[in-house]
Amino acid sequence: MTTVSMTVNGKKVSADVAPNTLLVQFIRENLRLTGTHVGCDTSQCGACTVHVNGDSVKSCTMLALQAEGAEVKTIEGLAANGELHPMQAAFKENHGLQCGFCTPGMIMSAVDLVKRNPNPSEETIRTELEGNICRCTGYHNIVKSVKSAAENMGG
Amino acid sequence: MYSFDYERPSGVNEAASALGEDDKFLAGGQTLLPTLKLRLSQVDKLVDLGAIGELKGIAKSGSELTIGAMTTHVTVANSGDVKSAIPALGSLAAHIGDAQVRNRGTIGGSIANNDPAADYPAALVALGATVHTNKRSISAEDFFVDLFETALEDDELVTKVSFPIPEKAGYAKFPNPASRFALVGVFVAKTASGVRVAVTGAGPSVFRQSDMEAALGSNFAADAVSGIKTDASGLNSDIHASADYRSHLISVMAARAVTAAG
Ligand SMILES: Cc1cc2nc3c(=O)[nH]c(=O)nc-3n(C[C@H](O)[C@H](O)[C@H](O)COP(=O)(O)OP(=O)(O)OC[C@H]3O[C@@H](n4cnc5c(N)ncnc54)[C@H](O)[C@@H]3O)c2cc1C
Ligand code: FES
Ligand code: FES
Repeated sequence: MTTVSMTVNGKKVSADVAPNTLLVQFIRENLRLTGTHVGCDTSQCGACTVHVNGDSVKSCTMLALQAEGAEVKTIEGLAANGELHPMQAAFKENHGLQCGFCTPGMIMSAVDLVKRNPNPSEETIRTELEGNICRCTGYHNIVKSVKSAAENMGG
Repeated sequence: MYSFDYERPSGVNEAASALGEDDKFLAGGQTLLPTLKLRLSQVDKLVDLGAIGELKGIAKSGSELTIGAMTTHVTVANSGDVKSAIPALGSLAAHIGDAQVRNRGTIGGSIANNDPAADYPAALVALGATVHTNKRSISAEDFFVDLFETALEDDELVTKVSFPIPEKAGYAKFPNPASRFALVGVFVAKTASGVRVAVTGAGPSVFRQSDMEAALGSNFAADAVSGIKTDASGLNSDIHASADYRSHLISVMAARAVTAAG
């Protein structure tokens, strides 16, 4: 066991973990933050996407120990003061989800993509979301949601 | 994953001496962690290179661009130095995998792994790059040996890659629609020592296409290569594409790479 410490959604956390503990296991099992999903566990689907020091990463493809000292943000950390983040609100408004399984990862990726591309074209949104797979929506309303959120976020 | 120990040294020498016989370096983890999770590989210890500052960063000096082993794909894609010196290299990095993979995956990890469908090997070979390790410097052509095999010794780690800046260069790949790995990728470079054409994805490891190099040497135009065939025997054949189809794609991608080079 090794001690790992990081900041998750603004709160300092620390725990003893086995070195082969994945960041997603640490988030879901140690911290009980189960909004971050495991869809494939093979680095393909992006359902496990969280931000590490502001960048979107697949938390099933990173060790908890690699996040030592990092700022981690999960879907639970997006809403502020009881208000949905503009990206969450846009997904709700534009019917950007059906079963909702891919949604936490989609939203975390989308927030990162709008940060890097404040005024994204439809094409940019589609290529930047290549690492996130949705089995329900056909992506159309996801793209619409991201576009609308980008406008609301002042892009 | 089987269990393993973990170490996170802060210097190159420490990392090299920390590595035991059944241990591996961990860079971005985008290839190694999936392999460990599938139990295709087992280690006693992972030596994480993530805290070694000297392995990160990009520098341009005169006729050379140098990229540290732990520099992520997204950093290469967004670098002003890369865009001005070798734009084709930035564009290559911008099309590796997906955004999350580019945020973690590194150039050192990609070349040390030498996946036959990886993008970077084509750039290194076509540009005549040099791979620097903690022990020596190796030309790209000598570095990539065979399928998943490089010239690296067990406790040798890539520290940086230096690229001579070409007159112009272009890269085109036909991506596997699921993984974005190259079904075939061709990197074309017009350099001080002539035109070089390197092909990835098509064979067991990256290779140069000398007929295309000769043709482009006398006429650097897409038309000069689109009709040149590559012998399909020895090319990869799998569920994604037959050897004949890959051979066809080499001509198409080479022509597109020349067009991209401008
Ligand atoms: C969904 C997905 C899509 C992808 N698509 C593409 C693609 O389109 N094109 C492409 O080229 N790649 C693609 N990749 C692979 C990606 O680029 C990896 O990041 C890369 O191959 C490995 O780099 P890494 O930094 O993650 O290395 P790791 O996975 O950490 O390490 C890989 C291997 O290299 C060794 N190693 C790492 N660094 C060093 C070093 N400095 N010195 C010596 N040995 C070292 C490790 O011990 C290990 O054996 C994809 C990966 C995924 C998961
Ligand atoms: S669960 Fe991590 S990519 Fe699918
Ligand atoms: S909404 Fe069901 S997987 Fe995307």
